[in-house]
Amino acid sequence: MEYEAVIGLEVHAQLRTDSKIFCSCSTSFGADPNTHTCPVCLGMPGVLPVLNERVMELAMKASLALNCTINPMSVFARKNYFYPDLPKGYQISQYELPLAEHGWIEIETEEYGKRRVGITRVHVEEDAGKNIHGGPDDPHSYVDLNRTGVPLIEIVSEPDIRHPEEARLYMQKLRMILRYVGASNADMEKGELRCDANISIRPKGSTELGVKTEIKNMNSFRHVQRALEYEIERQIEAVEAGERIVQETRLWNVEKGITESMRSKEEAHDYRYFPDPDLVPYVVSDEMLERVRSELPELPDAKKERFIEQYGLSSYDASLLISSREMADFFEEAAAACSSPKAVSNWMLGDLAGHMNADGADIEDLRFSPKDLARLVTLVDEGKISGKQAKEVLTVMYREGKDPDTVVKEKGMEQISDEAALIEVIKKVIAENPTEVEKFKAGKKKVVGFFVGQVMRATQNKANPKVVNQLLVKLLEEA
Amino acid sequence: MDGFFTISEAKAMFEKGEISPAELASKVAEKIDKVEGKVKAFVNTYCDEMLDKAKGLKEPKTPLWGLPIAVKDNICIKGKETTCSSKILKGFIPPYDATVAERLSAAGYLLVGKTNLDEFAMGSSTENSGLFTTHNPWDLSRVPGGSSGGSAAAVAAGECVAAVGSDTGGSIRQPASFCGVVGLKPTYGRVSRFGLVAFASSLDQIGPITRTAYDAAYLLSVIGGHDPRDSTSAKVEPFSFENAVKEGVKGLVVGIPKEYFSEGLDPEVKEKVEGAISQLEDLGVRVEEISLPHSPYGVATYYLVATAEASSNLARYDGVKYGYRAEGVKDLMEMYLETRSKGFGDEVKRRIMLGTYALSSGYYDAYYLKAQKVRTLIKRDFDKAFETCDAIVTPTSPTPAFKIGEKMDDPLTMYLSDIYTISVNLAGIPAVSIPCGFSSDNLPIGLQIIGRPFDEETILRLAHNYQMVTDHHTKIPPCGGE
Repeated sequence: MEYEAVIGLEVHAQLRTDSKIFCSCSTSFGADPNTHTCPVCLGMPGVLPVLNERVMELAMKASLALNCTINPMSVFARKNYFYPDLPKGYQISQYELPLAEHGWIEIETEEYGKRRVGITRVHVEEDAGKNIHGGPDDPHSYVDLNRTGVPLIEIVSEPDIRHPEEARLYMQKLRMILRYVGASNADMEKGELRCDANISIRPKGSTELGVKTEIKNMNSFRHVQRALEYEIERQIEAVEAGERIVQETRLWNVEKGITESMRSKEEAHDYRYFPDPDLVPYVVSDEMLERVRSELPELPDAKKERFIEQYGLSSYDASLLISSREMADFFEEAAAACSSPKAVSNWMLGDLAGHMNADGADIEDLRFSPKDLARLVTLVDEGKISGKQAKEVLTVMYREGKDPDTVVKEKGMEQISDEAALIEVIKKVIAENPTEVEKFKAGKKKVVGFFVGQVMRATQNKANPKVVNQLLVKLLEEA
Repeated sequence: MDGFFTISEAKAMFEKGEISPAELASKVAEKIDKVEGKVKAFVNTYCDEMLDKAKGLKEPKTPLWGLPIAVKDNICIKGKETTCSSKILKGFIPPYDATVAERLSAAGYLLVGKTNLDEFAMGSSTENSGLFTTHNPWDLSRVPGGSSGGSAAAVAAGECVAAVGSDTGGSIRQPASFCGVVGLKPTYGRVSRFGLVAFASSLDQIGPITRTAYDAAYLLSVIGGHDPRDSTSAKVEPFSFENAVKEGVKGLVVGIPKEYFSEGLDPEVKEKVEGAISQLEDLGVRVEEISLPHSPYGVATYYLVATAEASSNLARYDGVKYGYRAEGVKDLMEMYLETRSKGFGDEVKRRIMLGTYALSSGYYDAYYLKAQKVRTLIKRDFDKAFETCDAIVTPTSPTPAFKIGEKMDDPLTMYLSDIYTISVNLAGIPAVSIPCGFSSDNLPIGLQIIGRPFDEETILRLAHNYQMVTDHHTKIPPCGGE
C-alpha cells in the first residue's frame, strides 16, 4: 500500500532583543553560568514580571511576515510544571489568546511544486534555563539560568506538510523570513531555532488522520529531514507488520540515526494553563500595528519576483541572491553601480560564492564593497581587463580587501587597447614569422591563433585580445 | 495612654520637641520587652538597629521620620529574613526591597520588626503560622485574627505606631477588627505588589494597619502610587490624604447590604454595627438598604480563584534555589516531594491541592472558569450599588476574636470568618475596618466601610469623621496597657 505522511511543525525561535522578556538581564550567549540573572528571572519570592515591549514588536514583525492576523488582545498564561531549570515552577507563555493566528508561508520543491503551509498560531513565551549533569565521577546536577526568560516565539504550523524535504524547506524558509525582518538570528546550531514535529501516516488518498508521534531534538535542517524520513519508515513498517502506532514523544538520536521513545501519552503533563494574574492582557492598537507593518522590509518572495523582473535574472539565480537580505542588498547596490546586473549576479553566485563557501564566510564578512564588485564588472565590460584577469583580481579583492583598480594597477594588468601601440607590435611579429604569413595567405586562417599568441607573449598578456584579433586579420591580409 | 502613639501624635510631639525619635524608639522597644513574650507578634524584631538609626536621624523631617513601623513578614526587605511564617522559607534573605519597603525607607521610617502571619497569608488566626501563634492583646487566649495577625496585634499592643499588612480575602481587616485597630485594604492596583510574596496575585494588596483612620490615610499616601515594576499597578490620580481627612460626610449615601446582616452574624456584633450606622446618620449620612445578591457565592468563588493562583505561585518553593531543602533524598522527585511535604504546613498543602484540582484539565471550566464568571457577577453587584451609594457599611467579621484552637479542626468554619471581607477582594475595591464597640467580653468589634474603586478618600473620610465623635479606637487592650 502507498502511504502519505501528515506533518506539522512546532518551531521555537529566539527573538533578537538585548534584554530578557520580563526583566532587564542580558540575553547574550555564552556567559558564565547564572551571571545573566536577577531576582525576577530567578523566580525569587515576591518579584513580578514586566513585559519588554521590544519583544512584542519583534514578535509582531515575525507574525506579519508569516501572513498572520495579529489579535487585538492577547493574554499571557502560566504553563505549570516542575523542573529545576524552571525557577518559578511555571513558564509564562500564551495559550487561549495567542499574539497572532491564521498565517501561511509558501515553499517550493522540484518534485512537488509550490505549496502553502498554514500557520495556526504564533505565540510569545519565555525560555527555560538549562540543566547540566555532572560527569561519571560527579553525582550532582547543575542549573544554569542565564537562558531563563530569553524571549521566544513559538510558530505552530498546520499539518500541511507531506514530505520530509518540505519540512526542511519550511524550516529554511522560516529562518530566512525571521532573519529578513530582524526578529531572530534563527541559528539552529546556537539553539535560536528549535523544531519539534508531529507526524503520522495514512494510506494515500485517505482523509482521516493516523495516530501521531511527536519528534524532538532535531537540531539542524538536515536532521529535521533525516529524522522525519526515518520516522515515516518506522511507522510504515510498524503498520505493515500489523502493529499499532502509539501516541508518544520520541527523541531523534543523531548518532544512531533513529527515533527513540521518550514518554507515552499517559506520562504527558497536565500543564494547568491559566491566565497569568501578574500580567495584564496585551492590547495592540491600530497605530502600533500600522507602525510595525510600515517597518517591515520587502520580504523574500516579493524580492525574488522583483529581481527576476527588474534584473532579468533566472528564477534559480534570483532565489540564491535573495537567500539573505544582506546578500540581496549587496547585489542591488553593485547592480546599481554598473550596467550589467546579470554579470554581477554571475560573479556573486560563481567565483565569489566559491571563495565564501571555501571559507564558510558570509556576505557580511566581505572586505570589499558592492561598488568594488561593480567596478570589476565595468573593467571587464570596457575591455580594460580580461575575464580571466578579473578572476584573479576578485581573488585579491576577496583576500585583501583591495579595490579592483588598485589590484589591476599593482599587477600591471591594464590591457593594451591602443591600436597604434598594438599595430607596431603586430607588424614586428608579422615580420619575424614569414613562413606563418605564407600559410595564412595560402588559406590557413587558423594561424591567426598563432599570431595572437605571439602578440600576447610580446605584450606580457596585456594586449586586448579582441583588438589584437581584429588588427591581425587586417594586417595579415595587407602583408 | 503612655506608650501608645499614633502617627499623628508622634509627629506633633516631634514637631514640638516633646519627644525625640530615639526616645520614641526606646519606648517602643521597652513595650516590646514587656509584652512580646505574651503577644508574640513578631517573627524578628530589630530593636537595636531601630534605636541606632533613631539616634542618627537627621533633619529634614521626611513623612515617616523617626516612626517605628512593623512590616508583615511576607513583604521583602533587603537583607532581612523574610519567612512568610513558613518553614520552607526559613532563613531566606531577599537581596531586594519590596516597593513598599523602599517607599517606607525613603520616607524615613524605623523598622521595628517583621510580623507573624498565617503561613503564606493563608488563614484567619495566625494559627496556621509555621512558626508560632500570635495572641490577641485584648485576651491572650484568643486569636488576633489573620493573616496579618502579627501586624494588628503589634499595633494594638503598642509595639509599633503603625504596621503594614497584606489582604487577600480580609487579612488586614479581620485582624484589625479582632484587635480593635484600623485596617485598610486599598483598591487592587493602588499599592505595588512588587516584593510582596504572592499568595493569590489577583487578590493580594498591601495596606496599612494603624490606630486611627487618619493614620491609615497618611500611611497610604506614602506607600501608594504607580510602580513600573508591577504591571497590575494602576496609573490613576494619586490618593489625596487631604481629601480624606479634611472634609465632613454630610450628604454622603451609605448602603447597608441586607445579605450581610442575616444568619451567622453574632447578635452583639450586629448591635454594635447598627449602632455605628445610626451614629453615621447623626453625622448627616443618608442610609439606604441595598442588595448584593451574589454575596452568598463569595467564599466559594474565593476558594477557587485564590487556591488556583496559590497552587501556581507556590510552585517555586521546590528546594532547588533557596529556602528549605529536604536532605538524604535519592532523586529529584523525592527531593520535590520531601521538601514540599515537610516545608509546607497543612493549610498551605490543602490549598495547593484545591487549586491544583481546580486548574486540572477536565475541571478547569467547571471550577476556575466558572469562579471567574461569578467573580464578575459579584463585581457587578458592587458597581450597581455604587450607582446610588457612596460607600457600603457592613460588619467586618461575623464574630469577635475566637479562642485559639477553637476552629482549627474545622477549616470551613474558619473560612467563614472572612465571609464579609472576601467579596471586596474579588471585586478589587477598597475597604477599611474600624473599631465600633466592644462585646460583653470586652472584645473589639469592627465596622467595615467599602468604597468605589480608587475612592479610598470617601471611606477614610467616613471612618475619620466617625472616629472624631467616638472613642472606641482610643481604648487600650489589657495586655499592652499593663
